[in-house]
Amino acid sequence: MSKEKIFEKGFFLVAFSSISILALIAFFIFEEGVPLIWRTGARTFLLGERWFPSQGSFGIFPMIVGSFWVTLGALIVGVPLGVACAVFLCELTHPSVSLVLRPTIQLLAAIPSVIYGFWGLIVLVPLIRNTMGGPGLSVLAGSLVLGIMILPTIISISEDSLRALPRTFKEGALSLGATHWQTIWRVLLPASRSGIVASVILGMGRAIGETMAMIMILGNAVQMPNSILDSTRTLTTNIGIEMGYATGDHRQALFATGVVLFFITMGLNTLALFISGRRRT
Amino acid sequence: MPEKAKIGLDHFHFLYGDVMALKDINLQIRPRQIFAVLGPARSGKTTLLKSMNRLTDLIYGTNHTGHIYIDDQEIYDAQISLPELRRRVGMVFDLPTPLPLSIFENVAYGPRLKGLGQRRRLEEVVEKALRSSVLWEEVKDRLSSSALRLSGGQQQRLCIARVLALEPEVIMLDEPCSGLDPISTASVERSLTELKEKYTVILVPHNIQQASRVADRVGFFMGGEVVEEGPADQIFTRPKDKRTEDYISGKFG
Amino acid sequence: MMISRHTSQKVAKGMVWAAAFSTLAVMIWILLQVLIEGLPLLSLNFFLDTPRQMGRTGGIFSTIIGTLALTAVAIVIATPLGVGTAVYLREYTREGRLSRIIRFGTDCLAGVPSIIFGLFGFVFFVILLRMGWSVLSGGLTLATMILPTIICTAEEAIKAIPYSYREVSFALGGTRWQTVARVILPNAIPGIFTGVLLGVGRSVGETAAIILTAGSSLLMPTSLFSPTRTMSVHFYILAREGISMEKAYATGAALILMILAINTLANWLLWRYVRKVGG
Repeated sequence: MSKEKIFEKGFFLVAFSSISILALIAFFIFEEGVPLIWRTGARTFLLGERWFPSQGSFGIFPMIVGSFWVTLGALIVGVPLGVACAVFLCELTHPSVSLVLRPTIQLLAAIPSVIYGFWGLIVLVPLIRNTMGGPGLSVLAGSLVLGIMILPTIISISEDSLRALPRTFKEGALSLGATHWQTIWRVLLPASRSGIVASVILGMGRAIGETMAMIMILGNAVQMPNSILDSTRTLTTNIGIEMGYATGDHRQALFATGVVLFFITMGLNTLALFISGRRRT
Repeated sequence: MPEKAKIGLDHFHFLYGDVMALKDINLQIRPRQIFAVLGPARSGKTTLLKSMNRLTDLIYGTNHTGHIYIDDQEIYDAQISLPELRRRVGMVFDLPTPLPLSIFENVAYGPRLKGLGQRRRLEEVVEKALRSSVLWEEVKDRLSSSALRLSGGQQQRLCIARVLALEPEVIMLDEPCSGLDPISTASVERSLTELKEKYTVILVPHNIQQASRVADRVGFFMGGEVVEEGPADQIFTRPKDKRTEDYISGKFG
Repeated sequence: MMISRHTSQKVAKGMVWAAAFSTLAVMIWILLQVLIEGLPLLSLNFFLDTPRQMGRTGGIFSTIIGTLALTAVAIVIATPLGVGTAVYLREYTREGRLSRIIRFGTDCLAGVPSIIFGLFGFVFFVILLRMGWSVLSGGLTLATMILPTIICTAEEAIKAIPYSYREVSFALGGTRWQTVARVILPNAIPGIFTGVLLGVGRSVGETAAIILTAGSSLLMPTSLFSPTRTMSVHFYILAREGISMEKAYATGAALILMILAINTLANWLLWRYVRKVGG
């Protein structure tokens, strides 16, 4: 076989590495986790509120609820702030300022999650405990920190969306007598809706997948949070905390949690891609 | 006594997807002559050239019927080695396209690809090619400097040298003087007249005047078809087709 | 009472400014929190000394080595795979069903949470392939995590190369591989390198997947099969187990400095590259 053909075939094989890895991940996570879901019964597993591994009880509903509230809180914090920052960068400052701020945002996105978690532990948790009561390790703390962590995602994608709009939108609105703010609020933001929504969904995916920072500040109580001051667990922290010492069925249950997590994040990711038709990375 | 044709096109049609860019081309191009491909924009001239060294193969969705022969060998035959074909039928594009390498490495690029690695042989080949394209004197002291720093005219002559370094049999030039000043144009045209002593030259001229200065034979194209073809002086003084006459006299184009 | 358009504009813009500033302020606060306490504690000793008493005393040398080792394995594996994928997508095939599938797979891989990578790495590398908790297991897992980043940046780098370069190479008798090797790859290297740096940054900060695959041993790793602890894992353990807040701050500061250095380098290279090509 000629050298050309060898290289062509070689590149062809290599190109499948990302799909192959994805398939392997799915295969092994499912292989370890699905039997447990089967044995426990999907309804019991997903909706059961009792998580007592030593007794063989595997219900992850509290964790699902915990993930839900923490993520929702993160979006409440992160989306308005993130979109506002995107508007700020795109419309309210000189282009050279945003040129400086963009790498800064990228930088902040590269800060490890454990650092964010640490700050939450040292600053936010005591603050919440002292001003609002409760253990401090809470849904509130988690939402605030997570909201900050997803800001770079929301800001950069929303900003790209705003920048991609044709100039005529803005010029047209202004020439019809709209103020700058009215143009932003009634024309530009609605027009970049799909990009902003995609950024929100990606931010959601990121929030649901976060582990380390949440372990540090959520308190890790296996309970359904009744208020934002309650401690709780998420699907991710459940795995992260117990994987170190889990064996047998317990371990499989953690993989099963992973299966649920996998579906959720894949679903969100696909949805985001579908809405925006753009690359995520 | 006319020599046997170097390149023959026989009922050649070329399509980009559904669009027919070349219709029923029948041409005989003789060796050691300058054949000018004349015509208004979008007549298929560049497509014609790129079909002859199968650069059109790089574009997806193209198709052809008919034949192109070089020395009686069908070039669309499956056995043909494309790299070999393109070394025999060299092409210079309309915009100078030096590679981001030194002057020396630009000219040596083709020979290296062929497998020539010996430094001394490469130096000989590069010098010969640069002399033939009338660039040697200007660059001989700075062969290792970047080719991107040359002027437009020098870059274009570099591109000609690049092709010459491969010792082709046919040289095709697609508006090689567009964007060049009159002095550079004149030097390129001079080298063309020298080149035809050894090679078969196919030229898409920048304008009719250039064609009248250097061409031996002319083919007039319109809408992908050959309208008329013949010796240069016949085409320019006694064109047979009205469309040719209109183009020559500047009524359109 | 009707508020004029201009007043409401002032209010709205004011709120946006406030949002932007508070965002920036909080982020800087988070960084400074660690840096202020941690920077003074950094010293050459700290970097070169081995951790003792579970990290309560001593330095972080073994964790630095662990970080470097894992990152090196990840880069060595992921870069050829990522660049190869990008070359295939851009040079050997055209946009169609196959390339769409590959891109979709890559995008999905980019969205997988790190804990899932950890679970995968554990069951596949640590258990099934019997590599145990080791530099190799952790590095390979990291490689799968940074692969999408490398593919993406490599593709961008290749896309930026003018089509004319390719056409010239083919016109001069080049084969596809020769064109890739002599024209495409050399000119894509700056962009690819930026992607590699981004991958390095991600590797340095990763924690969840590494705990599950490389272990958390504080001993100096002596081979690819040694378990090891990285700086970020060390930082996490120090903070969460409450072993030593002082050492935690110091490790955190070192971590931030490393990330800052890598990102600044990447941005500077990108800026230089854009200037050279664009200008």
